[in-house]
Formats: sequence, structure tokens, C-alpha cells
Amino acid sequence: MSIDKEIVRKVAGLARLSLSESDLERFTPQVAGIVKWVEMLGEVNTENVAPLANVVNVDLKLRPDIISDGGYQDKILANAPESMEGFFVVPKVVE
Amino acid sequence: MTELTNQTIAQALEGLKKKQFSAKELTEAHIKVMEETRHLNAYITETPEQALEAAQESDKKITAGDMRPLEGIPIGMKDLFCTKGVRTTAASKILGNFVPQYESTVSGKMLADGAVILGKTNLDEFAMGSSNTTSAFGNVISPWKRSDGSNADLVPGGSSGGSSAAVSARSCMAATGTDTGGSIRQPAAFCGIAGIKPTYGRCSRWGVIAFASSLDQPGIFARDVKDCAIVLKSMSGHDPKDSTSANKPVPEFAAALTGNVKGLKVGIPKEYNVEGMPAEITAIWQKGMDWLKTGGAEIVDISLPHTKYALPTYYIIAPAECSSNLARYDGVRYGLRVDGENLNDMYGKSRAAGFGNEVTRRILIGTYVLSSGYYDAYYIKAQKLRRLIYEDFINAYQKCDVILTPTAPSAAFAIGENDDDPLKMYLNDVFTVPASLAGIPGMSVPAGLDAQGLPLGLQILGRHWDEETVFRVSDFIETAAAFDAVPQMVKKAA
Repeated sequence: MSIDKEIVRKVAGLARLSLSESDLERFTPQVAGIVKWVEMLGEVNTENVAPLANVVNVDLKLRPDIISDGGYQDKILANAPESMEGFFVVPKVVE
Repeated sequence: MTELTNQTIAQALEGLKKKQFSAKELTEAHIKVMEETRHLNAYITETPEQALEAAQESDKKITAGDMRPLEGIPIGMKDLFCTKGVRTTAASKILGNFVPQYESTVSGKMLADGAVILGKTNLDEFAMGSSNTTSAFGNVISPWKRSDGSNADLVPGGSSGGSSAAVSARSCMAATGTDTGGSIRQPAAFCGIAGIKPTYGRCSRWGVIAFASSLDQPGIFARDVKDCAIVLKSMSGHDPKDSTSANKPVPEFAAALTGNVKGLKVGIPKEYNVEGMPAEITAIWQKGMDWLKTGGAEIVDISLPHTKYALPTYYIIAPAECSSNLARYDGVRYGLRVDGENLNDMYGKSRAAGFGNEVTRRILIGTYVLSSGYYDAYYIKAQKLRRLIYEDFINAYQKCDVILTPTAPSAAFAIGENDDDPLKMYLNDVFTVPASLAGIPGMSVPAGLDAQGLPLGLQILGRHWDEETVFRVSDFIETAAAFDAVPQMVKKAA
């Protein structure tokens, strides 16, 4: 499927990127070109191939569910664009 | 002071131990070069005060006869590693003036071993790029120039271009990098220095700002192979805070440099002989084979049949993981915030204002390939191809011990030369991406100069966890190549 501006607009919305019309004009052919290029993978038969997610076969370890870290609210908030009384501040969500 | 900046780490450690110079003098000499080479834009943030403090601490340790493995060695830290109390940007506007409240595992280990951090080196934004031209803090300029007198500014490679430029320009003795698809090996080749990406899982990713988590791996640049071995030892090791970090003993890498390659089988993958490859690259590759043959190694023809699918596989997996990792930049907890009419509007405006073109493009591609209805066709398909590429290497290592290839399909290009077409830029990584997808270790060593006087690198790939053989072969090639070229500006300073 070829990618047009409306698809890129939708994807930008999903990715929470407020792109201008001129941004969309610019990115659409680039994204379409790259997606078309990666579609060459379609020529390889992968019917009996399992997807590979982890290259080093490391087993994920379980650990005791105990608190081993924390207690530094000030550090967590140190880089916040806006904070108040120990909380992050965001625009009003509930009317 | 030039003598102090023209030695290897091994030599400097010896000199410090014998008190031929102090750690403070060594650090001051490198700070001076850092200041004199600011036009290269290799550092985003310089930290000379902290460096001098650390150097004085080192001098105390040396006096007390209590030297640590990297005591007093001035290094650059790629600005993707979080450093406690020192601004960390990932070369992006979206991180604003982010000051980490914690130290990344790798930088913490190096500091604990006595390294002196001179500053945070420039990179492509979020490590996405092959030329260091996507940084929000400006392009990095390579210390190298073509010999034709054109004086064009060349790229240092990317994404770890600030690190490669700094090591090459002698403004630090080694610098950290991260390699997702070639971001250490390609810049090392472009700048005529050594650089290694170890096996995925060898160095902890904790505190390294994430790009594509299944591929990202810290590594190191230095003047020579031995220095890389010394520093990598310090960076490596298990970290419970990174679930993919391996619980394996870390060998004494430097001890692997025996100078002996007799009986080793060196694989030459026929698929890397790509169409249109410059004759000079083919020639340097042949030279590498000849050197190894002279040393008693056996050259073996091998095939990595899925090589041509590595780049498109990478350009599904890496953007997919990038779009997921970069979802955290929401203008709430840290970084840039642009106010909006409501929460969603604030997210959208902050992210659009904070991310540059290449990052935005990759988030769009990643979001698309992960979106409902396309996930199987793109992402799962790419993960299947990744297994085939991985198995290509496993099969090849039945026939050989290491693989020898060129590091990049060209020497460094001029800034702006490949900017018009993202696909053209992606081709830079054609020889480095397959090893990243397989998670195997890879090193680039300078092997010669092209007709324009620019360095060309050879890449040595090894089996999983076998950095030692990679180091051994790289060191042998380095000795055989006797590469001693330095940028004109370094020569002038000397």
C-alpha cells in the first residue's frame, strides 16, 4: 500500500507529533520511499522462521518483589518543566 | 605539552606511574587541545573544573601507590550517557537542560576506575545518523581534510561523531560511543582511529538514553587497539539494572593481543563485495587478507546470504523501537514543554518542537510499522529476517573464527553531501548493520589512506562473547598496516 499525506497525518497523530501542513508535505514522500524500500523483505519466504527478539539468549531473571530503591521525590521532580507540592503539573484533563 | 597528548593510554599509565608527569598535567594538556579545537564542535558540554578535580584526586592515588586501571586518563563521554549533575542532551532540543540525578552504569564504572571526564561529546540527535549532521547543537567537523586543497569540511561519521573527532584531534585519549547500527565502527573508520562495539549485553545500557534497545550497545574509541582493550575492560560487566546485560566474566582483553594469528580462519563474505564499491576499498580489503595470510592465518570464502536484507530489516526494527522509546518525551517529567490548549495539544506541540527531522522521520516510520494492521507485515517480518541474518553468522562461524570486511563503503564525505536523500545516507552502514542485528562484536581499525589522504578502516567481526579474538586480529592488522597518519591540524600543532 502506498503512503499518502492522510496516512502520515494519522500516524503523526498516533505519535503525538503536531506537524504542520508543510511538514506533512515534506515527510510524506520520504516516509513513503523508505516504507516502499523495506517492503523488499516480502521476497523472502519466512513461513517457518520464528521472530528473533533477543540476540544473546539471556533469560530474564526474577527477583524478590521488595522495595530496594526510592525515597527521593525531589530528584524525580528536579527536571520537571512544572511541579507543585510534590506533583508534576499538566494542563487540566478533567472538566 | 604536545608529547602528553600524543601518547597512548598504555604509555600514559606508565608515565603516571613513574611520575614522569602528573595526572593534572595530563588533563591540562588535553583541556588545552579541547579549547583550541572548539571549531570542530566535538563537545556539547565541557567540564574542565570537574576534570581537574578528578585529576588531582588521581595524583593523590598515584602518590599513595594506589593506582586504579584508568587512573588520570582524560576521556570524552558521548552525550547519550547520563552523568550525575552534568547536563545530558542526546543532542536533542527535547531534553532541554536535562540534568540527570544519577550516573549511568558505564560512566560510573569508568569514574570508579579513575578516568577523568573532560566533557560530553556531540552526536547525531538520539544517536540517529551516520554523519553527525542531525545534532541540535550543530554539526561536528572532522579534523581530517582532503589532500586536494579543497578545504571542504568533512563529516566525522556518526552517530558518535563528537567522540571520534575528539580522539582523532587529540582532545581526549579515548571516548565512549554507542553503536546501534555502526555508530562506533563507521566514525572510527572515518577518523582514522580504533573503535569497538562489543557483544550485545557486554556493557550495561542502564543510564544510556535509549534509541533501539535490542541493538544499542556501548563501546569505545581510542588511538589504538590496545587502548580500546584497556578501557573496554573497565566498561564491561554484569548489571542487574539492565535485564539484557550478561552475567559473564569479563576477560583481560589486553592480554589477548599476542600478535599471533597463525592458524586462525578468517572469513571473507562474498556478499560484502557490493556493486559500485570504490576500487580503493576493495584494495585495502585485499591488503588486509594479504597481511593475515603472511601472518599464517587461513583465508576462507564464506557466504552470508541474507546480507542484502540487513538494511531494510534494520530500518524497520530500529525505528519501531525508537518510536516506542521516544514516547517518554511528553513535556511532563523532564525536558522541553510547549504549552497547548489541552494535554494532547501540549504533547503534540512539545514533541514537534523538540525533535529534529531525522528523529521525527524515524518516529513516523516506527509508528506506522507498529500500527494496527501493519505490525505482522512489517515488524514481525523484520524480526524473522533478523533471525535469518543471525543464523547466517552462526553458520559462517562453523567455517571461520573471525570475519574481515571493509568498515564503510567510502571514506568520509563532505558535510551536506548525502543530506538530500535519507536512503543514500543509510547505505553508509551497509557493512556494520548486519553484525548489529546479530549482536556480535565488531571492531574497526585504520588500515590505510585513500588517494585524497583520508583514512580507510577494516572491520573485524567475531563470535558472540569472543572480543578477545577480535582484539587479537585487529591488533595484528594495526601492526601490519603501520598506520601512523594523523590529521594535518594535529601535525601542525606538533
